Amino acid sequence: MSDDLIRGAAATDVDLSGVDNGYEAENPVMPYLRQDRIPHIWCPGCGIGTSVNCLARALTDSELDLDQVAIVSGIGCTGRVAGYMNLDSFHTTHGRPIPFATGLKLANPNLKVIVYSGDGDLFAIGGNHFVHAARRNMDLMVVCINNFTYGMTGGQVAPTTPLGPTQTTMPYGNFENSFNLPFLADACGAVYVARWTVYHVKQLAKAMLEGLKKKGFVFIEAMSPCPTLYSRRNRLGDGVDQLKYYKEKSTIKNGADTKEVALGFQSEIVVGKFVDRERPTWLDSMNDHFATVLGERYARYGVTNGQN
Amino acid sequence: MHADPKGVLTGTHFIDGDHAACEGALAAGCRFVAGYPITPSTEVVERFAQRIPLVGGVFIQMEDEIASSIAILGAAWAGKKVMTVTSGPGLSLMMEHVGLAAITETPCVIVDVQRGGPSTGLPTLPAQADMMQVKWGSHGDYEPIAICPNSPQECFDLMIKAFNLAEQYRVPVFFMMDEVVGHMTERVVIPPADAINVVERRWTTKKPGEYKPYETGDDLVPDMVKAGDGYRIHITGLTHDERGYPAMNPVTQDKLIRRLTNKILDNREDLVDVREDGVQGADVVVVSFGITSRVAAAAVESARRQGAKVGHLRLVIAWPFPATRIRELAGGVKAFVVPELNLGQMTLEVERAVAGRTKVIGITHAGGTVHEPEVIEAKIMEAAR
Amino acid sequence: MSEEQAVKRGKGTVFVRLEICKGCSFCIDFCPTHCLEFSREFNAKGYHFPVLSQPADCTGCDLCGLYCPDFAIFGARFKDLEKRRQAAQAEPLIPAQV
Repeated sequence: MSDDLIRGAAATDVDLSGVDNGYEAENPVMPYLRQDRIPHIWCPGCGIGTSVNCLARALTDSELDLDQVAIVSGIGCTGRVAGYMNLDSFHTTHGRPIPFATGLKLANPNLKVIVYSGDGDLFAIGGNHFVHAARRNMDLMVVCINNFTYGMTGGQVAPTTPLGPTQTTMPYGNFENSFNLPFLADACGAVYVARWTVYHVKQLAKAMLEGLKKKGFVFIEAMSPCPTLYSRRNRLGDGVDQLKYYKEKSTIKNGADTKEVALGFQSEIVVGKFVDRERPTWLDSMNDHFATVLGERYARYGVTNGQN
Repeated sequence: MHADPKGVLTGTHFIDGDHAACEGALAAGCRFVAGYPITPSTEVVERFAQRIPLVGGVFIQMEDEIASSIAILGAAWAGKKVMTVTSGPGLSLMMEHVGLAAITETPCVIVDVQRGGPSTGLPTLPAQADMMQVKWGSHGDYEPIAICPNSPQECFDLMIKAFNLAEQYRVPVFFMMDEVVGHMTERVVIPPADAINVVERRWTTKKPGEYKPYETGDDLVPDMVKAGDGYRIHITGLTHDERGYPAMNPVTQDKLIRRLTNKILDNREDLVDVREDGVQGADVVVVSFGITSRVAAAAVESARRQGAKVGHLRLVIAWPFPATRIRELAGGVKAFVVPELNLGQMTLEVERAVAGRTKVIGITHAGGTVHEPEVIEAKIMEAAR
Repeated sequence: MSEEQAVKRGKGTVFVRLEICKGCSFCIDFCPTHCLEFSREFNAKGYHFPVLSQPADCTGCDLCGLYCPDFAIFGARFKDLEKRRQAAQAEPLIPAQV
């Protein structure tokens, strides 16, 4: 990295002559990124990049073998996360990262598979897949960056858009009810359900770490600003103004009843870890069941590196 | 390479086409199927669900065909040979992922046991009306391979070929059965595993850092890797460069899409599989495929007994279409007769290849049952005059 | 340089990649010791970027790095930088390049 692009330590007397790769080697998030694709496409003040920092920190702390971690995204701004991550990464079709991830995981159970996508992708077109993967307790971690809109296509209403704000396809203000995502995930059977915002960077990173360690269907909602569309159209200021709103109006209620954490337009926000329970995963259920009914003839699948 | 004996049910069986197709997939090394019930294809996955726990692999009934068609792509990228199974309406739902499979070059087999359509149509009755859907159904330009068995034995034998072609060319391969072939019960002989030749996926020999997911040599087919081997690949449905990174511009688009189509079109002569009977010197050639070929064979026999010089050309691989062979014959015949259980889909391809040099007589049928052999025979005799 | 050398240093410092900063202000607003502010200059895209205006207050906590959506800033403690420099002299740093 050339000197004129970096500043910092030059302001003090520390000797950095030995840390020659400078920025790339030192910034803890850099090893997780495809540096030949930085800078990314996200807008100034968009929270997606912030959430990626949290994921990087969680991956570091998890001590997982990164060669065995795969990330799957759908379509949309959040869907671009897969393209920037230095992991086996898959940018699939709109709404369908979860079934793709299901196939990936079942074909190689040794992989740790993360689904990283947006609210519209996961809950509108992808809603059916979310419901069933949670029901089955597929061993996947699903991170939803909820910016309450369809950002990539210009700011249309999403199933998470609260009553009131204007979107391009609700030009007179939204009159449709929105999902309470943690409630939906809880009802479908997810074993870990949490909501944080991109203001709560430490807690979000911790939730992702817990999610990576958890077996079963994990759902983490991360609220994020969309300064260019959702915020601008509804005069909510820029990204940092939304983060200040998150800071002021959030209350941490770990263990809250998910029925009671619905969001309204610029309303109070309940954040926290709401659900953390144990259920056998789909694959464990399959193996246990076949072992019981087929007896010794059955060899448990996925024990020998998933290569049967 | 020989088939894995664990998946080969060697012996003589009396089973229907759906069941034989399942055995073909297992013999070919298929170890992951995601599917959704739809008549008349359901038995394929039902048998797979029963067989796979003791062979070693996974069957999952997904929530719909859209999920099934992309779950298999995920499983392919984790290294498995994969298949999904459906009929016309389900194939319509799968179309977006046909495109994803094409542009990401993910090997997979999609079985379509055709039935009357459009829409819900005739769930329990045959048709052959998805032939153009498989060729053009997904948006954009791409070249699928489509194979048409006409018996339970072929459902076994040609399924092995389907998987081998999928691996060789890294394309979605369609297995175009129909309700009659799927539900007819005949003798199926399954040989020993060492008599079955399977093509394995061509894994790269390059190291992480050297390997580029979409870099190719002369055959235009890239070597593959799987998730978990340390290559840190990026696979996207966006137009991409050799690194797999999105590169949305006309130059990359041209390079990529032409390579994807040329990897099939440049090899179309290797991909010809037609079965000919008495075609040389014939006055009339019947062009048929799938179940209609069984009826057409009877009609051809009958016409020959009446003195007609008639040949029979059966398409085993319908896509890419064997236009060269049709063109070769066009100069010497009075007519091609094309019976099919649709309103003239493959007839269009024959007409296109013939380019007006001779007559093309389609025998259309809206579906629901097979042709009467007399109807085909009558058209042959009329054309032979 | 001599003026800055006269300033007392804190427990850490920040590194900023000026050209990829998009001036969103997350780091400036959420730095727990308020030691960052916007520069007077701007980069080629027209964004003002953060500068360490109160170096004595920087603890190197890297909260700025955790917030930054553009991966344009990170903080580090001098202790850790020194450790890494010594380790790098023993063994070359492996570039984190794809």
